[in-house]
Amino acid sequence: MSTPAAALEVVDLRVEIDYGDREDIVDEITFGVAAGEVLGLVGESGSGKTTVGLAVLGHTRRGACIARGEVRIEGRDILMLPPLERQRLRGRLVSYVPQDPASALNPAMRIGTQLDETLSEHGFGSTDQERRGRILEALDEVLLPTEETFLKRYPHQLSGGQQQRVALAMAFANRPRVIVLDEPTTGLDVTTQAHVLETVRDLCEAHGVAAVYVSHDLAVVATLAGRVAVMYGGRLVEVGPTGTLFRQAGHPYTRRLIEAIPELSGVHALVGIPGTAPRPGHRPAGCFFAPRCAYAEEPCSASQPSLESVASEHVVRCFRHAFVLGDAAAARPTAVPRPEIEVEDALVAVRGVCAAYGVRQVLFDVDLTVRPRECLALVGESGSGKTTLARCVGGLHEDFTGTIAYRGRSLASGSRSRDTDTRREIQYVFQSPYNSLNPRKTIGQIIAQPLNLFFGSGSTDSRRRATEALERVQLSSTVLNRYPHQLSGGERQRVAIARALVAEPQLLVCDEVTSALDVSVQAAIVEVLAELQRELHIGLLFVTHNLALIRTIAQEVAVMSEGCIVERGLVDDVLDAPQADYTKRLLSDTPSLEAAIAASS
Amino acid sequence: MSLRHGLTGFIVRRLLLGLVTLWITSVMIFAATQALPGDAARSILGRSATPESLAELRRQLGLDKSVVTQYWEWISGVFTGDLGTSLANSLPVTEVLGERLVYTLFLMFIAGLISVPIGIALGAISARKRDSAFDQTTSVATLGLAALPEFVVGITLAVIFSTTVFHILPSVIVTEPGSRPWEYPKELVLPVITLIIAVVPYTARIMRASTVEILESDFVEMARLKGLAERRVLWRHAVPNALAPTFQVTALNLAYLAGGIVVVEAVFNYPGIGLLLVESVRARDMPTVQAIALLIAALYVILNLLADVATILVSPRLRTSLG
Amino acid sequence: MTDVAVTDAVRIDLAEKQIRPWRLLLSTAWAQHRTKIGIGITLLLVGLAVFGRLVAPYSPDQGVEGQLPFAPPSSDAWLGTDNLGRDVLSRFLHGGLSVLLLSGLSTAFGMSLGVTIGLVAAYSPGRLDDLLMRTMDVFLSLPQIVFALVLAATVGPKLWLLVLAVGFTTMPRAARVTRGAAVEVVQRDFVRAAEAIGVPRRKILLSEVLPNISSPLIVETTLRMSFNVAVVAGLSFLGFGLQPPAADWGLMINENQNGLTLQPWPVLLPVIAIALLTIGTSLIGDGISRAAIGIERGRTGGE
Repeated sequence: MSTPAAALEVVDLRVEIDYGDREDIVDEITFGVAAGEVLGLVGESGSGKTTVGLAVLGHTRRGACIARGEVRIEGRDILMLPPLERQRLRGRLVSYVPQDPASALNPAMRIGTQLDETLSEHGFGSTDQERRGRILEALDEVLLPTEETFLKRYPHQLSGGQQQRVALAMAFANRPRVIVLDEPTTGLDVTTQAHVLETVRDLCEAHGVAAVYVSHDLAVVATLAGRVAVMYGGRLVEVGPTGTLFRQAGHPYTRRLIEAIPELSGVHALVGIPGTAPRPGHRPAGCFFAPRCAYAEEPCSASQPSLESVASEHVVRCFRHAFVLGDAAAARPTAVPRPEIEVEDALVAVRGVCAAYGVRQVLFDVDLTVRPRECLALVGESGSGKTTLARCVGGLHEDFTGTIAYRGRSLASGSRSRDTDTRREIQYVFQSPYNSLNPRKTIGQIIAQPLNLFFGSGSTDSRRRATEALERVQLSSTVLNRYPHQLSGGERQRVAIARALVAEPQLLVCDEVTSALDVSVQAAIVEVLAELQRELHIGLLFVTHNLALIRTIAQEVAVMSEGCIVERGLVDDVLDAPQADYTKRLLSDTPSLEAAIAASS
Repeated sequence: MSLRHGLTGFIVRRLLLGLVTLWITSVMIFAATQALPGDAARSILGRSATPESLAELRRQLGLDKSVVTQYWEWISGVFTGDLGTSLANSLPVTEVLGERLVYTLFLMFIAGLISVPIGIALGAISARKRDSAFDQTTSVATLGLAALPEFVVGITLAVIFSTTVFHILPSVIVTEPGSRPWEYPKELVLPVITLIIAVVPYTARIMRASTVEILESDFVEMARLKGLAERRVLWRHAVPNALAPTFQVTALNLAYLAGGIVVVEAVFNYPGIGLLLVESVRARDMPTVQAIALLIAALYVILNLLADVATILVSPRLRTSLG
Repeated sequence: MTDVAVTDAVRIDLAEKQIRPWRLLLSTAWAQHRTKIGIGITLLLVGLAVFGRLVAPYSPDQGVEGQLPFAPPSSDAWLGTDNLGRDVLSRFLHGGLSVLLLSGLSTAFGMSLGVTIGLVAAYSPGRLDDLLMRTMDVFLSLPQIVFALVLAATVGPKLWLLVLAVGFTTMPRAARVTRGAAVEVVQRDFVRAAEAIGVPRRKILLSEVLPNISSPLIVETTLRMSFNVAVVAGLSFLGFGLQPPAADWGLMINENQNGLTLQPWPVLLPVIAIALLTIGTSLIGDGISRAAIGIERGRTGGE
């Protein structure tokens, strides 16, 4: 399946847990990458994509070991080499770009020293001057300043984008043949991300480097990679050219994953995948995806399918691939129309709000209106002040001036100074459900807290209300006796929403509620929220950094940048004909799966 | 240079904070010894004391003056080097302390010199060979030894090496006036070993924990993935980042030693300030008790100050943020 | 993004566990040898200290007839006699309760003060937090035993004073640990969530924060207990704890240290007992702390 000129070939790789039953983390991993090519390795959390990425360097995390397989770089199996020799190849023949450069760069060492040791340890250049020359060249390649003063800096003195570029320069410094990039743009804003991606593509092409780009973000992979490998439950389920794979996927999982990705156009409905991915040691007997698969039949749950070639360079691990491929991709459901906004008085009116954290002002004279039954999306990059604004509305940030009125009455700044009804009617849902549910309480106790506070504690009534709220978010009341850690991320976020719902709110402030979740789960959560808005007529303030999400859920949008609202309007108007330069740039830099697929055909 | 300026500023701020701590401690010590309800003079002289002798002692202790005046006289004395007169032998406290202090500092110096490097090395090696037999053994041994009170260790050593089992080392030290601690190398062995056993396990455990954290950090993994030799990963990437916690640990343990010497000196009858404190408490010799307590608190404050400054010096992030 | 949960301390699979956090912590701790050994040793010593007096052959204050001071073990006095010719075994069996009670009381006193201060500090705005913790730092500048000695110098060797002094010096250490653990919990969103709906502060501290720091607090309690046994016994050993003719382990060592060459038992027995008691409690603490770390890692890595 790999081209003859493959710079990297991985054959039948298996990594297992290094204790107990030695369960596999990943297994039967086979793929190849040609020189100059970028392979996108995509999967949701727990799919084993990072494990495969590290195994390409012959490395595993603590507690895991490579049990079987080959990793051939330019024909040589590096797994067969003695450890010392393998170590010498790392950083020279095959290099690595980490997910979070802020923690991957040594805080106690100057940038220049960290770059220099990458060269000197691998015997690059015989003199300091020679190495210095290469370092400046490498910095130039990743568009960093080539000044001596820059080399003298420590990592914490650089911005996030600069740190990632330093990591890139380090990875490319020795002119490796293979490079593994592990979600290198996760922490960056879209504009920086777009620039970093461009740099990666140019460098790989220019120097004929085979790149494995590990990511959970299909849109990013679609814009960058020539071929894509999809992982699920520690297996490759599909490998193929980017265009083919996204237009005509042969594996049901790939199809569902694509349907779960929000698109800027908002033409199609966002559909999540029910159920959760199996973790190592809990995988079913047959096809790992069978329990969640609409195409599954008898044999699927009995035995495991193997990778089969369906077209040139396109392999699929599915018994029913012929049937799946026969299903036209156009069969995707179209989006449910969003409710029209009825012009009404404001539910929440934000007027001239300025807010600060200590001496640092983060909001400048912000005006905003949320109408009853409306969903207003508040869009901005990290640091734009969108969360601070949401917190001001929710009564969680007290240090602001200006007025926030709720149903015409001015709100006190902190939730403690507000009356019980206001506290009940404005509910807040937090970004990370891993953080917002007390791990020491059962779901029942968590949901009972607002019930007792707002409606007193009549036990049968409380139980009925709790069960109703859980049903609203599609959870069964059996979770009431469970603890948060026994639930998946998506289930936890549903519980957090249910906790807000039992208070019978008029406004739900949703602060990046899907950003800690996988895309397949995100789609389901967004669907739940949209339904609440439609059926319970709750107003939503939906804070997000993801422009692609808003067409699915919101009627109006406000775009924030550096503490100011730069553009406001109906979603369709703003997305189709943006006025502010900032919005235009944001739209053009946001990686889009649709655009990438359109470009590839 | 702004860096030096920032650093000086930092040291000055820390120094002031240390002085405030010391000052409050001095008030606390004073309050505990002089201003507590109860008649110190009576409790010193006992029930059979005559009113005259009580009055005389009260005047001698300054108890007839107001509490504030008493404190002022005491603390201004501290600054001029006059710590009062010992009630036990009517000598100036500074004179009594001086000789004893040499003994204690020498004991602490030797014990610290041996135990800090051993503790750090043991902790670092355990972290490096995590989960190995060495690590497991060290873990259990240090856990057990760290729990043992100093007098338990001291007496056990005395039983083994000088009284019951073997008779190779003296268990008490008998000194001549005017002599110096280094004139008694054999007598020093057991007290030093006791202190080492008290401090090493503690140091080793904290050191192991902080080293493990650093070895698990992303930048150490990145250094490995860059293909650096393991030695370079350890010495250039892990160790410099482990220095700051090491300084904190060292200071903590030397301060801990200051508490340990009281009991250890009592066990071996070692004539340092620890034993002097015990004797003075028995004799109700308030001026001496106050002076020793203040001295030990000062030692604690200075050690912490040094550790903080050292931490700043080895942490670029902290250092540059001060500039 | 960790793919698997792996820890060097304890390896557990949480998805399978359907039990309450408390039970999980205790059963994970119990699964380790060191916890079992620690609990075994501690129970043995506590049993000895509490019930030992019931089987003591002699009254602790009376001399054994026909026995001289520092007599070696004989059929009359199985472990010989002490400096005043009293039965060593009987005094040993009577002498543990005081150590146990005094250190237990001072630990309880110091922990409750320290935990309260630490919790309040963690949940208070910067200035009050600073003030509270700086005050705790001042208490730290004197070692426990020195602080107790300073007080003993004024008031004399009183038991209430001993409990007070050891408790007070336990407080700043407990406060530091509590604040350190609570500060992280206070920043988490479930505390924000409770604030947003108006749960009273006291209730937030008690029902949201405290349960989440229970493991470090249990560990700290065992550690403090272990240290306080050492301090209490140490003070007795120096002569500032129980006064003669009381039977007390620390005092026994003090009284009989001079006869070590003639009769090691009256010194050795209490030394061994105190050593076992401190080791036992710290083994329990270590077992629980390992279990807590294991559960935490299993939880964060498991998703």
